[in-house]
Amino acid sequence: MNGGSGLIELKNVCKTYVTAGSELHAVNDVTLSISDGDIFGIIGFSGAGKSTLVRCINMLERPTSGRVLIDGKDITGFSAKELRAARKKIGMIFQHFNLMPSRTVLDNVVYALRGGGLSRAQMREKALKLLSLVEIADKADAYPSNLSGGQKQRVAIARALANDPKILLCDEATSALDPQTTRQILALLKKLNEDFGITIVLITHEMAAVKEICSRTAVMDHGNVIEHGETFSIFADPREKLTKDFIATTSNLKKIHTLLEENPAAVPLNDSDIVVKLTYTERSVSEPLISAVTQKFGVLLNIVFADVDIVQGAPIGGTVAVISGERERITEAVKYLTDKNVAVEVIKSGTAQ
Amino acid sequence: MELLNKIIPNVMANTDRLFDSILATLQMTLWSGAVMFVLGLALGIVLTVTKDGGIMQQRVVYQILDKIINICRSVPFVIFIAILLPVTKAIMGTKIGVRGVIVPLVAASVPFFARQVETALANVGHGPVEAAQSMGKSPLSIIFTVYLRESIPSIARGTTITLINLIGLTAMAGYVGAGGLGDYAITWGYNYGHYDIIWVSVVLVILIVSIIQFIGNLIAKKNTH
Repeated sequence: MNGGSGLIELKNVCKTYVTAGSELHAVNDVTLSISDGDIFGIIGFSGAGKSTLVRCINMLERPTSGRVLIDGKDITGFSAKELRAARKKIGMIFQHFNLMPSRTVLDNVVYALRGGGLSRAQMREKALKLLSLVEIADKADAYPSNLSGGQKQRVAIARALANDPKILLCDEATSALDPQTTRQILALLKKLNEDFGITIVLITHEMAAVKEICSRTAVMDHGNVIEHGETFSIFADPREKLTKDFIATTSNLKKIHTLLEENPAAVPLNDSDIVVKLTYTERSVSEPLISAVTQKFGVLLNIVFADVDIVQGAPIGGTVAVISGERERITEAVKYLTDKNVAVEVIKSGTAQ
Repeated sequence: MELLNKIIPNVMANTDRLFDSILATLQMTLWSGAVMFVLGLALGIVLTVTKDGGIMQQRVVYQILDKIINICRSVPFVIFIAILLPVTKAIMGTKIGVRGVIVPLVAASVPFFARQVETALANVGHGPVEAAQSMGKSPLSIIFTVYLRESIPSIARGTTITLINLIGLTAMAGYVGAGGLGDYAITWGYNYGHYDIIWVSVVLVILIVSIIQFIGNLIAKKNTH
């Protein structure tokens, strides 16, 4: 590869739509590097420009300015023919599956293989193999209208893999599916990533999907990438408000605020007590911090609420606890936790009442 | 025979005239229908791919075609026959008879059919087209393997509607002496007060329309999954 740069390099990509005199910056100066073998998540609300951005990767949307490098080659300068050849190596799946209704499941996959130099029999064989890979071979002769959403997306994935792409673009691929099917499809994508090293770019508005499989994540808002990095860091230490909002959608920790406001009696406090939210910002939580604090400072920690999740194989989330004891000792305990890379947020303090 | 002579005496008095009229109607419908199908399909495709957001966007081409079609659809058929006389003469070598009416029939039905095709192709939706693009399919390939293939049922229905309209138009072909069932009913039935001729003509037209509708529905149904 090109001096250690990513498989997909977006450099200052802009896409501007001009409508009736006004300009809409759907994608605004986005620079991203996606490495070979990554599962890269791009998250944002609808209208954030993420679908436009992902279409710039296979030139379904031609960027107004900027460069798109795939494997070191700038595809914005490709001829129509070169571009078509490049697209065969970039599979894509869609929110609404976009299967061809008049073709059977098998023929939908065969269709993608046409023009690739294989005989009719070879195409059939390869299509069947792909359908087995996504575990939908039993529906080979069915028409798409007879399939469920999850089944349709499996067929779409088989079709997208037909020409052995290095990259798979997923445009809101699980947004039209129920939570259980979403998990199954995400697991399938992860398996494809692990077994074939296929690089996946996942566009979504669901933080849960990102949390489930993405190794790196970018957060988009109004055409800009406002934050990007390792998924764990994004979750553990979000910097932008929007990112925090997204994370809140997947965590139950917010509920404690509601509980404390609506029903203070649920968590009775003495004068010096404080309610804190403890969140891990580092991957290692091997030390028994809560026991340590209790012993070291002679304070009591009463855990009232906890929500811990596994992101990229490391626990993330937090605990809400009431710390009781002498005020100075509590302050020392809080400082100790902070030093150990635990973010401490005081939600409520006993004296405030 | 006895019975037919009794209930439709004026028809049976000159059956050659009846058969000639049926033949003329069929010839006019099928010839102009075939030409209309090819031209209308081509125009409908061009409209679809050249419009904004189409796979071969060409704003100027679309705008010009769009306007021409709108203008042509506003011209009454009888006017078409008249103003196209020189064109008909140039293309067909005659201004009269079945050959003389095919050019105006095509001119009158193509714009309507092009719109039917445009609607049919629009119903394919952007999704499958975008999917095909993402697979690296060329625009020409997308026209045939996605647009046309996926819209066979709606194009069949559009063709049915247009062909049936066309049969209605052939009734006016008597104006240039092309004959046909409409002309037969008016000239030999209405003018002479031979109402059996009118009835027979109407029944035959209903029969032709029903057959076309049946075939259209069959094609549409066979291709819907």
